[in-house]
Amino acid sequence: MKKYLSFFRLRFAMGLQYRAAALAGVATQFAWGFMEIMIFRAFYRADPASFPMSFSATVSYLWLQQAFLALFAAWMMENEIFDSIVDGNIAYELCRPVDLYNMWFSRSIATRLSRAVLRCFPILIVAAFLPKPYGITPPASPGHFLLFLVTMILGLLMTVSLCELIYILAFFTISPAGLRLMFDSAADFFAGALIPLPFFPEKMRQVMELLPFASMQNVPLRIYGGSMTGYEMQKAVFLQVFWLAAITFTGKVLCLLAQRRVTVQGG
Amino acid sequence: MITMEHVCKSYKIAKRNAGFGEAVKALFHREYEIIHALNDVSFTIEDGEMVGYIGPNGAGKSSTIKILSGILTPDHGTVLVNGRIPYKNRTRHVSEIGVVFGQRSQLWWDVPVIDSFELLKDIYSIPEPLYRQSLEELTELLNLTELLRSPARQLSLGQRMRCEIAASLLHRPRILFLDEPTIGLDAVSKLAVRDFILKENQSHGTTVILTTHDMQDIEALASRIILIGKGKILMDGTLDDIRRGGDNIDETVAELYRAYDI
Repeated sequence: MKKYLSFFRLRFAMGLQYRAAALAGVATQFAWGFMEIMIFRAFYRADPASFPMSFSATVSYLWLQQAFLALFAAWMMENEIFDSIVDGNIAYELCRPVDLYNMWFSRSIATRLSRAVLRCFPILIVAAFLPKPYGITPPASPGHFLLFLVTMILGLLMTVSLCELIYILAFFTISPAGLRLMFDSAADFFAGALIPLPFFPEKMRQVMELLPFASMQNVPLRIYGGSMTGYEMQKAVFLQVFWLAAITFTGKVLCLLAQRRVTVQGG
Repeated sequence: MITMEHVCKSYKIAKRNAGFGEAVKALFHREYEIIHALNDVSFTIEDGEMVGYIGPNGAGKSSTIKILSGILTPDHGTVLVNGRIPYKNRTRHVSEIGVVFGQRSQLWWDVPVIDSFELLKDIYSIPEPLYRQSLEELTELLNLTELLRSPARQLSLGQRMRCEIAASLLHRPRILFLDEPTIGLDAVSKLAVRDFILKENQSHGTTVILTTHDMQDIEALASRIILIGKGKILMDGTLDDIRRGGDNIDETVAELYRAYDI
């Protein structure tokens, strides 16, 4: 366990040293957040009653999404892992007494956390002071906030375990580019990263909410704004735990298979 | 002790001729060629030996190292290293070996070298006093004092290679695999690395298996030489065995390659 903690520590410390990247990230997230809010504003003006979430709940969803982008963005994968598989540097990782899956897991979590820590505060603070209804509103209740934190952790673990699948599949495909492209688009769409899931047509939404992608940002961000009923929240948390266990298990099995048939590329 | 018996390993490689027409044709019909990287390889290496493993490019040297270090699984044959099957019990096996791939880097690029070392300490669960002792000894022998606090990306190749070797020895492995450790190094760095490997073998009894194209490495280090070509062991002997004509070892080896038609 200690070795994985060390990976986490080193990676986390490393992530904190990229200050310019964090600044650029904050600027991008602000611009993106404002743009999305303006678009939704235009729609809400037409007929606020026809939307599944109140405007202020949608705004909170968007700001939280931007603030914690690094925790949930499926496309933020570890390029170094892909590089090491493609160019064969993975050889070094394989001749160490570590479990590849767990090592990648701790690394990914550290990278995402370090990025989020640097980026979330400026966004949250500014968004909290924005005039109504463009700013972030306080959570629906202390209970909601607590559940928001718990589901956020589950969502982060879920995101990382889905990314692990892509890392491992790269062992089988020579180049991971195609896989990544497909996964990135699918994940963004089905996770509610482009449009929050409640905005989808009823039938479609019911299916989408069952998929593993819905267990990433969809659950915590909606719980925060109080747009889920008690029963819905129970179901969502149950699904998160279920998918986390299922995807992690699949990843571990695939990882063992991959190591058995691995060929190290490039001499 | 290391034993390999009748080990075979083959790779499947997609091949096609040059040109656009051929590329389109390959969309519908792929031609594969099976490359036999290792073809019935057997040898035994005793504890504390220093073995030079030589052969032309593509002879199967790196494949052998990768099988012995537990990264690759052979198609056939049995491999035993210290009584363990490397690829069956990978994590136990690798804690007793050290590997240096001359063409790759194991140091973390963006952090000081010492951070990479500290991480390795935790990865191999090296007890603190042992780690201090190893680090002190390696720092002195490889002259690393100035280098430890710089990020790996800002070291020259020779400096980095010294750090890489130290990184592979921190946990005091009983067996050390060196895959072209002197590639691209200048004369001074080469001598330093050779000198160090020799000392390491004498003082700690580390078994060293070394692949290289630099015949001076072999002359300086290896008491025993295994020659591999086209996936087969062609010769297993001492330096004198291959030094049939002239003193120039490069020519002698080239002669040898020609004689075996590899």
